[in-house]
Amino acid sequence: MSYTRPDFRLLPTPAGYLQAFWTGGRDGQLLVYRCRSCEQYFHPPGPVCWRCRSREVGPEPVSGRGRVATFTVNVQPWLPSMPPPYVIVLVELEEQPDVRIVSQLVDVDPGAMAIGDEVEVFFEHWSDEQHGDVWLPLFRPAGGAS
Amino acid sequence: MRRVAVVGAGMTPFREHFGLGIKDLVPMAVSEMAAHVDKGLDRADIQAAWFGELSTTDGFPSGILADTCGLLDIPVTRVENACATGNDAVRNATYAVASGAVDVALVVGADKVRESSARSTFWEWAGMTRDTAWDYPLGLVAPANFALHVARYLHESPATREHMAMVAVKNHRHALPNPKAQLRFEITIEQVLAAPTVVEPFGLYDCTPQSDGAAALLLVGEEVVDRYTDRPVWVRGVGLGLDRVMHQHKRDMTSFPPTVKAARAAYAMAGIGPNDIDVAEVHDCFSGVEMISYEDLGFAERFGAYKLLENGETTVGGRLPVNPSGGLKAKGHPPGATGVAQCVELFEQLRGEAANQVDKARIGLAHNIGGPTAVSAVTVLGIGKD
Repeated sequence: MSYTRPDFRLLPTPAGYLQAFWTGGRDGQLLVYRCRSCEQYFHPPGPVCWRCRSREVGPEPVSGRGRVATFTVNVQPWLPSMPPPYVIVLVELEEQPDVRIVSQLVDVDPGAMAIGDEVEVFFEHWSDEQHGDVWLPLFRPAGGAS
Repeated sequence: MRRVAVVGAGMTPFREHFGLGIKDLVPMAVSEMAAHVDKGLDRADIQAAWFGELSTTDGFPSGILADTCGLLDIPVTRVENACATGNDAVRNATYAVASGAVDVALVVGADKVRESSARSTFWEWAGMTRDTAWDYPLGLVAPANFALHVARYLHESPATREHMAMVAVKNHRHALPNPKAQLRFEITIEQVLAAPTVVEPFGLYDCTPQSDGAAALLLVGEEVVDRYTDRPVWVRGVGLGLDRVMHQHKRDMTSFPPTVKAARAAYAMAGIGPNDIDVAEVHDCFSGVEMISYEDLGFAERFGAYKLLENGETTVGGRLPVNPSGGLKAKGHPPGATGVAQCVELFEQLRGEAANQVDKARIGLAHNIGGPTAVSAVTVLGIGKD
C-alpha cells in the first residue's frame, strides 16, 4: 500500500536529550546517542551511558538502515490522526542490532513483509507553534522494494 | 523471617462498574474479605495496610482506603508497579509481617479503567504509563507493545494463532462458573479466529476486557493465625523482577525476563520448583502472553507452550490448570486489583472452596507482567507451611 502523509500527527517536543533524534532529519541524518567511553550506541538518549555510566555521550549519525526485528499491524482506530491500518515496526540498526528504533513502516504490503526484512529511514517534516520543527524518522523497505 | 499466612480473602465482581468509584469498590472488597475470616475480624486488629492502585480516579489512594474503610489510625501505603502492582502489594505486606513489624496487615488492590470512553481508554493509559517522548507519537499503544513480542514469538516457535485461540477458549470456559467474572460466555476457536483484528496477531477475543474492581486479603504472622482460622493458606514465596522499560534494548522479544527473575526469587523462597505447582493464575492480558509465560515460569520448555494447550494440560482437569478463575481474559483486568484477586482465587482453590475447583490443589502460583513488559511479580501460596 502506498503511503499518504496524514493530515495531522501527534508531535513530540524536541527539547533536551530528545532534540537530536527528532530534528536530525533537518540534515537527513538519523542521530543516535553513542558513548565515547565504551563506544556503544544507546537509545533512547540520556545524560549517562547505562552500560558503563560514562557521561561522555552524544548524538552521532547512523546509516538509517536496519532489519525488521518484529512488527505488528494496528487495525484499531485509536486516534483520528492515525487512520488504520498502519504497521508499527521495531528496527534493529545496521551499526548495532541491539539498538532498536520503534517507528512506523510505510510503503509496504503487510501481508508480504517478514521479520528480517531490510528497511531504511526517511524523514517527515512537521511544524507547529507548540512543538516547532520536528522531523519524524519513519521507515520504508530498503531500496524502495516492497 | 517468620511465616506469613493469608486468613481472609474477598473481592468485588469485575465489571464495568459505571456507577461505582474506587471509594465504593475498596470498602466493598474489604467488607467481603472480613466476612470470610473464619473466626471473624475486629477492625482494630489491622495494624497496617498496603494499597495497590495504578490510576487515581477518586483522588489520593491511601487516604481513600483509610477513609472509606474506617482505618484512620494505621499507616496506609500505596504501591504502584504497573500491572505487577497487585502481587507487589502482597509482597510488601508479606515482608512487613514476616519482619515482625506488624502482626496483621491488610492488602487491597483496586482500579477503575472504565472512567472514559472505551475508544480512548488505552491512549489515556498509555499517556500515563509510557514515556510519551518516544513511542507514543508513532502509535505504540499498550496492545501493540505486546503484539510486537507475540509476533516475534509466533515467528520463532511452532505456535500458531490457533494455539492462542485455545488460550482464549479455555479461559472463557473457566469463567463460566465464576460469579466474579466479567465475561461469562463460551467462545469457539472459529469465533476467535474470525473476530475483528485489534492489532496483529490479536483479534478481539485475544484481548482482556477493560474492567473495574477491587480485591482484598488479610495477612497475619504465624503466632496469631489461630485467632482467625484453623485453615490458613501460607505465603510460601514472593518475587519481583524488572527489565528495560522500552523495547529498544530488549535482546529477546520471545521471553519476558522480569517473569523469569520474579519466578526464580519466589521459587527459591518457597524451596520448590515449577513442577510443584498444582494451580496457577497467569497474566493473560493477551492470549499469546499466557503462552510465553508458561515458558518463563518453567511450566513448559522454550517454545513448547503449544504442547500444553494441545494436550489440555492447563485446562481444569489437566496436569496444571492455569487461570481456573477465567484469568484476565474472562474474569477481567482492573490492573491494581488483578494480582490481589489472583491470590483471592488461589486462597479459595487451596481451601477447596473455589467456584471452579481444581482437585487436590496444595500449591498455587500467581503471576503479573506489566509496564508493559518491564516488571513482573510472582506469589506462591500453599496449604503447607513448608
